[in-house]
Amino acid sequence: MVFLILRRLGQTALILLGVAAITFLLLYALPADPARMIAGRSATAQTVANIRTQLGLDQPLLTQFWTYLQGIVQGNLGRSYAQKTDVGALIAARLPATLVLMAAGICVEVVLGVIFGVIAALKRGGMVDRVVMMASFVGVSAPQFVVALLLLYVFAVTLGWFPMSGFGSAAHVVLPAATLGILGAGWYARMVRSAMIDVLNQDYVRTARAKGLSSARIVFRHALPNALLPIIAMIGIDIGQFMGGVVVVEAVYGWPGIGQLAWQAIQQVDIPIIMGVTLVSALAIVLGNLLADVIAPLIDPRIRGR
Amino acid sequence: MIMSPPVLSVSNLCVDARTPEGLRRVLDDISFDLISGETLCIAGESGSGKSVTSLSIMGLLPKASLQVSSGSIMLGGKDLTKLSGSAMRAVRGGEVAMVFQEPMTSLNPVMSIGAQMREAIHEHQGEEGGAADVIARHMLDAVHITDPARRLTQYPHELSGGMRQRVMIAMALSCRPKVLIADEPTTALDVTVQAQILTLMRELKTEFGACIILITHDMGVVAEMADRVIIMQSGRVIEQGNVLPIFQSPAQTYTRELLAAVPRLGSHAGSDGPPRVTPVPASPVSLDPSPVLAVSNLTVTYGGAGGFLFKRKQAAAAVQGVSFDIRPGQTLGLVGESGSGKSTTGKAVLGLIPFAGDVVIDGRNIAGLSQRQMQPVRRSAQMIFQDPYASLDPRMAVGAAIAEPLIIHGIGDKTERADRVAELLARVGLQPDAASRYPHEFSGGQRQRICIARALALKPKLIVADESVAALDVSVRARVLDLMLELQETMGLAYLFISHDMAVVERMSHHVAVMRGGKIVEMGTRRDVFENPRDDYTRALMAAVPIPDPKRRVA
Repeated sequence: MVFLILRRLGQTALILLGVAAITFLLLYALPADPARMIAGRSATAQTVANIRTQLGLDQPLLTQFWTYLQGIVQGNLGRSYAQKTDVGALIAARLPATLVLMAAGICVEVVLGVIFGVIAALKRGGMVDRVVMMASFVGVSAPQFVVALLLLYVFAVTLGWFPMSGFGSAAHVVLPAATLGILGAGWYARMVRSAMIDVLNQDYVRTARAKGLSSARIVFRHALPNALLPIIAMIGIDIGQFMGGVVVVEAVYGWPGIGQLAWQAIQQVDIPIIMGVTLVSALAIVLGNLLADVIAPLIDPRIRGR
Repeated sequence: MIMSPPVLSVSNLCVDARTPEGLRRVLDDISFDLISGETLCIAGESGSGKSVTSLSIMGLLPKASLQVSSGSIMLGGKDLTKLSGSAMRAVRGGEVAMVFQEPMTSLNPVMSIGAQMREAIHEHQGEEGGAADVIARHMLDAVHITDPARRLTQYPHELSGGMRQRVMIAMALSCRPKVLIADEPTTALDVTVQAQILTLMRELKTEFGACIILITHDMGVVAEMADRVIIMQSGRVIEQGNVLPIFQSPAQTYTRELLAAVPRLGSHAGSDGPPRVTPVPASPVSLDPSPVLAVSNLTVTYGGAGGFLFKRKQAAAAVQGVSFDIRPGQTLGLVGESGSGKSTTGKAVLGLIPFAGDVVIDGRNIAGLSQRQMQPVRRSAQMIFQDPYASLDPRMAVGAAIAEPLIIHGIGDKTERADRVAELLARVGLQPDAASRYPHEFSGGQRQRICIARALALKPKLIVADESVAALDVSVRARVLDLMLELQETMGLAYLFISHDMAVVERMSHHVAVMRGGKIVEMGTRRDVFENPRDDYTRALMAAVPIPDPKRRVA
């Protein structure tokens, strides 16, 4: 296990390097000029050139990248062009809110997905199954901003159960987390359904039935843990998917997380922040996968001790 | 003699399958009694309804597709077909327990052996925790599993197939059932392990006073185990009676055919080659005396590939220093148990996996050849696989499947290929119109014929047949083996015949090599190996083969 984690951390460093290089290249290829954006419309060519020199943007790409990497190794993500503050500090201030949102979102999708997936699998072919699958299809296909507006209209405007937007109390989390989780819940319901159907046809479930066990025990003790194995690996991969959703959801609900930060930075071509958020997201995805790899052996004895 | 009342009595049982076309009868008027202390074997080929019979007794018929339509299953005054769900649960695993065919998949992979045993004990005897643990340990001891306390904490993947089947038996017997149903309990096991499990079941029957319903397709197992036999065919009981009369003077034609089709170890003693199935031609096929396949010092190692960043596993040799020759028109039988390296050898010989050593096919050494360089060699060496259901593309018409090797090797135009396909189909005993049909329309035996036709398309000199008849019923198997012999006699084919089945190898081979742990432990002519085995392992293998003759049963 320790060996696995060490090996993964080594891989993580390589992955982050790759992500940094690609993002850097893409941002460099953008037609927008950050120096011009900072200087403003009315600035003279001389001012723009000064700013460019000051930010090191006149250096060759490789030199810029090298300087950036040196900074990262020292824990310095650079300074924001627009906000004139340390990117590390900006992200650190915003990260907790995003983590809360993501954790809540994952809970929503996994809990809903597993519950409905199991129900659909047990009632497969029946009316309940068809309704659940239909609903999951809608969940998977509905654009997040539409879901967000719909939830806001029903639960915030009409019923007034939850606040419209903002951050602070538990009630604030509900609607953003639901928005974030519904898409995944649709996915998970489908996956859990097919995994359960597959597992319920396995020989060991037949053995469990032949022992005279109750249906509840067969489903929850024998079938579900086996069906959840592939799902755990999915959750790790899912965090990447989530990052995209976070930007939309944070914008709609005014959630003060790194999604909002990234959104503003993109509009302002604030390259250091974009780089920083990208790297942190990549790190989150890698760590999410690592976490899934650490959890899986707890359920599956076959991959223990490797 | 006073007949005690039957423990279990099945009368006039009918089971129907729900199909889109309406109900279809799969069990037709089945009646039999199970008498206290006896072993009743239900024998038959696939589709005979023997497994459906056992699932009906257990109340485990898949509700969506099968239903008991009439008849009764009486167990101690209760009609199992009329019990409620919860009453049936008490019977299932309590009074009637079952052991299944596949020990590898019949245990839950994420639960420890102990947890799986304890829950059955808890369900039927109400014992929990420590008390259940004691019973479980005692049961593992009864099935001769060493170190039972440690086994309880282990998981299924840590146990071999034979051990898992012992666990299944221990679990089934832990609640002291009156009836133990064993559905092909040894079919998936190696022959030496099969012998151990059968002995164990005989022993436990006396110890636990259960009666056994043993379902099997293997007449050898029937002969070794049964007190009475039921022969089933397409959902009906064809014949039933005591084991000796059934084997000695079967009343029904089908039973006679079934028994005749069983390959018997030792039945070819005194001859050097397989029996001739075609008349000796006026001008015999002239055969080149130089070997069509010469393997020397073949070694295959699995694993050992470097991972991403410092991860490297120790390589293990699956095949080590294997050498043999096969001449045209001859068969080398490669026999061994699972993990002996026989299939790996077969794959390496055709260059399907990397290997070290020399493999000379038809005069060309394939060691180190690229896939492109292998192409011409593949024309002279083809393979027939084990599973005829999985080795044909379900979306490809049979004719296209057979023509595919011709297309790959750029042989003939469209009409020539169509002619060749028709010729090949006729050669393997199928109608020419089979070409436009799809694999699912054919039975297992017919599919294997199609696979043989595909292998013959390129007029190969060597065919590697890896367990090619293992998935087929005995009667079908006998016909496919005859076809292979006939093709050998008329075309001068050389076979590398890989099988776990000693009797089949004896029937097919001129020479035999016995493999164990990646090495050949004994090799020689068929007569030498089977009539005068020198290696202890060969002798053990032969001794473990069940003999389809109840008179020769070990008392």
